[in-house]
Amino acid sequence: MSRIEDRFTELVAHGRTGLIPFITAGDPLPQAMVPLMHALVAAGADLIELGVPFSDPMADGPVIQHSSERAVARGVGLPQILEWVKAFRQRDARTPIVLMSYMNPLEIRGVAAFAEMAVAAGVDGVLLVDCPIEEWAEVAPMREQGVQQILLAAPTTTPQRMVKICSAAAGFLYYVSFAGITGADRVSLDAVRAGVAQARQQAKVPVAVGFGIRDAAMAQAIGEFADAVVIGSALVEHLAGETDEAGVCAAAHAFLAPIRIALDARRK
Amino acid sequence: MSTSSSSADAALDFASFPDRHGHFGAYGGSFVAETLAVPLAELTAAYDRLRVDPDFLAEFERDLRFYVGRPSPIYHAQRLSQEIGGAQILLKREDLNHTGAHKINNTIGQALVARSMGKRRIIAETGAGQHGVATATVCARFGLDCVVYMGATDIERQKINVYRMKLLGAQVVPVTSGSQTLKDALNEAMRDWVTNVADTFYIIGTVAGPSPYPRMVRDFNAVVGREARAQMLEHYGRLPDVITACVGGGSNAIGLFHAFLNDAQVRIVGAEAAGEGIASGHHAASLAAGRPGVLHGNRTYVLCDDNGQITETHSISAGLDYPGVGPEHAFLKDAGRASYVGVTDEEALGAFHRLARTEGILAALESSHAVAQAIKLAQELPKDRLVLCNLSGRGDKDVHTIAAREGITL
Ligand SMILES: Cc1ncc(COP(=O)(O)O)c(C=O)c1O
Repeated sequence: MSRIEDRFTELVAHGRTGLIPFITAGDPLPQAMVPLMHALVAAGADLIELGVPFSDPMADGPVIQHSSERAVARGVGLPQILEWVKAFRQRDARTPIVLMSYMNPLEIRGVAAFAEMAVAAGVDGVLLVDCPIEEWAEVAPMREQGVQQILLAAPTTTPQRMVKICSAAAGFLYYVSFAGITGADRVSLDAVRAGVAQARQQAKVPVAVGFGIRDAAMAQAIGEFADAVVIGSALVEHLAGETDEAGVCAAAHAFLAPIRIALDARRK
Repeated sequence: MSTSSSSADAALDFASFPDRHGHFGAYGGSFVAETLAVPLAELTAAYDRLRVDPDFLAEFERDLRFYVGRPSPIYHAQRLSQEIGGAQILLKREDLNHTGAHKINNTIGQALVARSMGKRRIIAETGAGQHGVATATVCARFGLDCVVYMGATDIERQKINVYRMKLLGAQVVPVTSGSQTLKDALNEAMRDWVTNVADTFYIIGTVAGPSPYPRMVRDFNAVVGREARAQMLEHYGRLPDVITACVGGGSNAIGLFHAFLNDAQVRIVGAEAAGEGIASGHHAASLAAGRPGVLHGNRTYVLCDDNGQITETHSISAGLDYPGVGPEHAFLKDAGRASYVGVTDEEALGAFHRLARTEGILAALESSHAVAQAIKLAQELPKDRLVLCNLSGRGDKDVHTIAAREGITL
């Protein structure tokens, strides 16, 4: 069993909805990354999505674009990110870590070489924003090394395609709540509920929902029918102005803890 | 990865690429967000239906003839050739097309596809503004809404083209993310497309992007090489010895090259922007100095650092200022069928002036890179050889840039 599977098994056992914060690796403060990850767990994160900054984030809205630009400007890249994961693992062996990345940072290292380093550091999964199922074979070496590839489904995904994606999905399925970019204010609860229901007919893994979830109320509403919620832009925006470690960790806690409470108020 | 022959192989049918998933050997493909996978499959299906539909093809050809003004002639640059004292330089005059460049071949084709798919809102990215103008032009011609994304830096550099697009009824949206140039305009157009995918058609301006764009844009520009090959046989009784074109994303180049790929005796040379010289690091020569990576939906040669971050490029010509290149060129390079060399800003400017003075033609700065390369090739060959150069566009748009560079206030 992988750490991701263990975590979802626990969540189901306790009737809880998973909480998955997304942060950009290296933003707002590179030196505070490891404490920030621990602070997220302390505030109720079940799994951490760590964004690998990229110069050309085609699928991201302004908040994550700018966050990514700041990290790129500081020279943050995979070797350093994997060092942070390794350091995090010294005190936390149970919280799964999923890297969210575009293809190019992995390609340049070589997929197999990357995967070996990622496993050694304690990474559990990788979500590749620009690698749909058609290009799935390209990253086979990563899966062979034991990194789970998290696949996405979207409102434009057709039923036949959903079958294909679900038969390949590992860890969890990431359902994109609307056709658009991260951080946009476009969530329609009814549409997301219908989309998740459709995904569930095929999915053998838990279904997490992300894109545009901004606050406790929306997280709670989506938690009614999703196994987990991903919160990215709203958190990244909340952390952006912080200038020291204590400030970053306090801001992370202040943002995430109320969402945890809201999710736990409605156990399934 | 699928593999391809690593050396020029006479048995390889170069015209048969890409495969049905858009792979040119190891390059190409469709590296996009899940949300775009189905819209791209729909586009592929529509295009595969239309490309063999006689009515569609007839309408495309009619517009190329009566609206664009095709066929464009091949002109023998006799005084230039004489001055050089080597092979004869022949120019394929894409600069004589409506709007002044090859770009319109592609925008007419894609606008017809958009119309047939029932999409009434068109988006495009532009660097120099040439593709933006060509897109705004066909949108006016077909009565479609048009939004053009353009880097804020480029808007500043290319004010006249911005105004031309507005005159044609397009909305020009400044892009302030990243380096605020062409690659960022492409990112922003993709973000618009993923958001408005139900009613919007994205007209990409070069042979890049996810499948089927590299193939579709190539097919629409391949008229250049088809015409040129027939014109060579008709007027010169033989094929050229060498063909050359400038390579930004690579659409005018593949447009010329494609009809000649299986003519093994024809040497093919692409001219990339070497800016201030490849060693200076200020250039846009992805094939000559880059490495395989994934950018804007396809695998190709890219300019990036060890962390995979795309690096900023430099060229005097905004249309070549791009850190990637069409995947078919990456394939042709690795297969040894074409070679790609760098031409510096200085060399391009030199060729611009030389062509202006000897032939009375102001070439676009992009095309001046191809002219510079044609001059180099001609110098190495005897007088009875033929070098065919794609003159992809006219230089009116660049007059301000050249004046400023040479310290002249207009
Ligand atoms: C006249 C001209 N030639 C060439 C190019 C470069 O594009 P491509 O390499 O796709 O032909 C441009 C792009 O703006 C152009 O305007």
